[in-house]
Amino acid sequence: MDQLLQTLYAILNSAISPQTAALAIAAIGLNIHFGYTGLLNFGQAGFMLIGAYGFAISIIAGLPIILAIIIALVAALIFALILGIPTLKLRGDYLAIVTLSAAEIVRMVGRSSLLTNLTGGSNGITGNEYRSPFTDLSFFGNGSLDIGPFKYDLTGSNGWWFIATAWFVVGLLCLFAWAIMRSPWGRVLRGIREDEDAVRSLGKNVYSYKMQALILGGVIGAIAGIVYILPASLQADSMGRSMTYFIFTALLLGGAATVFGPVLGAIVFFAIRLFVQGIANQFIPSAIMNGQQTEQFAWIVIGVMLMLVVIFRPQGILGNKKELSFDVK
Amino acid sequence: MTTLVVPRRPDGRARLWRLAATIMLAIVAIITMVSLGASSAEAATPSPTGTAAAVCASDATTGCLQGTIKLPSGDPAVGIKLGIKGGDLDTTVATGSDGKWSQAITVAGPYTITVDTTSIPDGAVLDSAAKNPATVNGALNKNTGYVFKIVGGTTASDGTTTQTPDDATTGITFDRFAQQFVSGIRLGLLLALAAVGLSLIFGTTGLSNFAHGEQVTLGGLLAYLFANVLGLNLILAAIISVVICAATGFFQDAWIWKPLRRRGIGTTQLMIVTIGLSIALQYTFQYFLGASTVRIDQANPVTVDLGPVTLSAQSLISMGIAVVIIAAVGWVLVKTRIGRATRAVSDNPSLAAASGIDVDRIIRIVWTSATALAGLSGVLLGLVLNGVNWQTGLQLLLLMFAAITLGGLGTAFGALAGAMIIGLVVELTNLVLPGDFKYATALIILILVLLVRPQGIFGRRERIG
Repeated sequence: MDQLLQTLYAILNSAISPQTAALAIAAIGLNIHFGYTGLLNFGQAGFMLIGAYGFAISIIAGLPIILAIIIALVAALIFALILGIPTLKLRGDYLAIVTLSAAEIVRMVGRSSLLTNLTGGSNGITGNEYRSPFTDLSFFGNGSLDIGPFKYDLTGSNGWWFIATAWFVVGLLCLFAWAIMRSPWGRVLRGIREDEDAVRSLGKNVYSYKMQALILGGVIGAIAGIVYILPASLQADSMGRSMTYFIFTALLLGGAATVFGPVLGAIVFFAIRLFVQGIANQFIPSAIMNGQQTEQFAWIVIGVMLMLVVIFRPQGILGNKKELSFDVK
Repeated sequence: MTTLVVPRRPDGRARLWRLAATIMLAIVAIITMVSLGASSAEAATPSPTGTAAAVCASDATTGCLQGTIKLPSGDPAVGIKLGIKGGDLDTTVATGSDGKWSQAITVAGPYTITVDTTSIPDGAVLDSAAKNPATVNGALNKNTGYVFKIVGGTTASDGTTTQTPDDATTGITFDRFAQQFVSGIRLGLLLALAAVGLSLIFGTTGLSNFAHGEQVTLGGLLAYLFANVLGLNLILAAIISVVICAATGFFQDAWIWKPLRRRGIGTTQLMIVTIGLSIALQYTFQYFLGASTVRIDQANPVTVDLGPVTLSAQSLISMGIAVVIIAAVGWVLVKTRIGRATRAVSDNPSLAAASGIDVDRIIRIVWTSATALAGLSGVLLGLVLNGVNWQTGLQLLLLMFAAITLGGLGTAFGALAGAMIIGLVVELTNLVLPGDFKYATALIILILVLLVRPQGIFGRRERIG
């Protein structure tokens, strides 16, 4: 019972953690690509990494925090342009392969020993080097606050200040996604997803709309990168291909082309993992499955779950099957 | 894009549940199969990596700080002393015979790690760009890694160090060119073995199989299981591994992909299903092997000198096998009925079906041979690189995609040509840029080619739009 309670607490804590918020933000960005426009972007982790590097390096160079955020977002915009120009006129698979490759290139360059002075190489950049301007903004004061199972410092890293700002950003972006997707612009995007040629015959410039969607989702991905590294450290390998796959899993779990799907998906994604791990830890003797293996077992369950969700409930928890035909052309 | 249009059967619901059950069953079967091998692996071999320093396992109340230190030659650096301070700890650890160090922590927070530079062997110094002492954030229930880089150099009596300039990675001599060129051909051949299957699967079903890399890993790990753990003869072990890999392809198509095609599920959806499969398989491999690298052949490699080029005997034999098999695949595709039927399905499945070709049978054959070829590639790769781990195939997957995109999606011979180009680019990059960049260059070239000739070398214009 005690252990069950512990698992429950772990799940509740992960549900509000800034890392979950970061995954949700990245999924909101991907939702604009994949859910609304039908673009197969497999490089969302690359956008996160670009944003994270842009932010951290600017802060370390001594720039004010607003400027650092702008630099991160502009870097993601340029990255989206570079990816989009060669591929958006081609079939969907090409965008998938190019975005996947480009994200890997960013990761490899970031962890390269040639750039150790700038990016910290494979060791990355520790949080203390870029966190303080953000901590200084806090008006939460010092000390700590306990609310039920949640016990955190008010301002310290991983404290309430980080949690509150992260979820505030999630809320803002949900509102933004809801507003923009019911605008005429958003309807054109949905039209592109359903039938590109029909939209083109209405005189819309499909290429330009796709590019705008790619940039918008990518910039949101960069915000996710900043939120992700603020309470932790910046390591290139933590935002690799698996990260992209997890963002996809979260998005599809929650429901693509819905406003709250990405957020719900991100929370459920971590909850399921912790739940499986907690249960396996408690009920399976360690002779059969040791601590490390329960973690891997939880990931195996995540992988199988992704397969089953896509096959049996492609619209996810919140989605509407009628709206989402899902097959990207 | 060409997709198969097969009417959905009326008993779809029952099929679905059977399908769900089979997926779970398959995963369980794989787990048990490998687990039998892995548990006997621990019993039979005294640990292939030699005696390691006390290994730390993280759980809810313990975290691990860990890392591996290597000498400039690439060998593990033994006996490097590291001071670790922070939390309630102030201790010294040393690297084991595998160059690894680890320290269990019970308090999360920042830790300061200091390398005792006097414990670094002569002729090597700590890289001047490395931070010493370094600060890491230790966390519970987590492994926190930190890498100290050691480079060639000398230490003067007053403690100042001079780094030896890295000649090996800058100068372009003919000898180095020849060596890298041959390595490139080697990588290209092994890549081609795996990529042909990926390309044929794409051609016949329209599916980009993201789990193809795991098929490569599976081949290598099975060969390790049979040759090393169960002690079979290497050739026999390789043959058994390839046969099992072929079987995985056969049953995958029978139990997963064919039913899904019948349901009329789109290729994008199927592609994400393969991503799920890929995640599940990767962690299944890690479940049994952890992050360790295992060797198929325990003997020290014998090297052969050919003019300026030095290769291991295993590399030479592997290249020979790859050439023969690739030639055989080419011959089958061009000369036999099945090969012609495969290319016909690749071209236009509906037309092929209308002309009396059993499309489902062709796809079954393609899946079986594709996974067999990927498995063989994994076995050979394991021998050439002298080690397999859970991400051997994963690292290759992007290169495979680059190769088949470069050659023209869905064309078998394009995949061969693309693989050779990618293999050469990857290895020749080493001449001018540090090793970190070798995969990156291949991918940059892929993007550049898409700009000028999106259909690839052998692809046709009308397929890309």
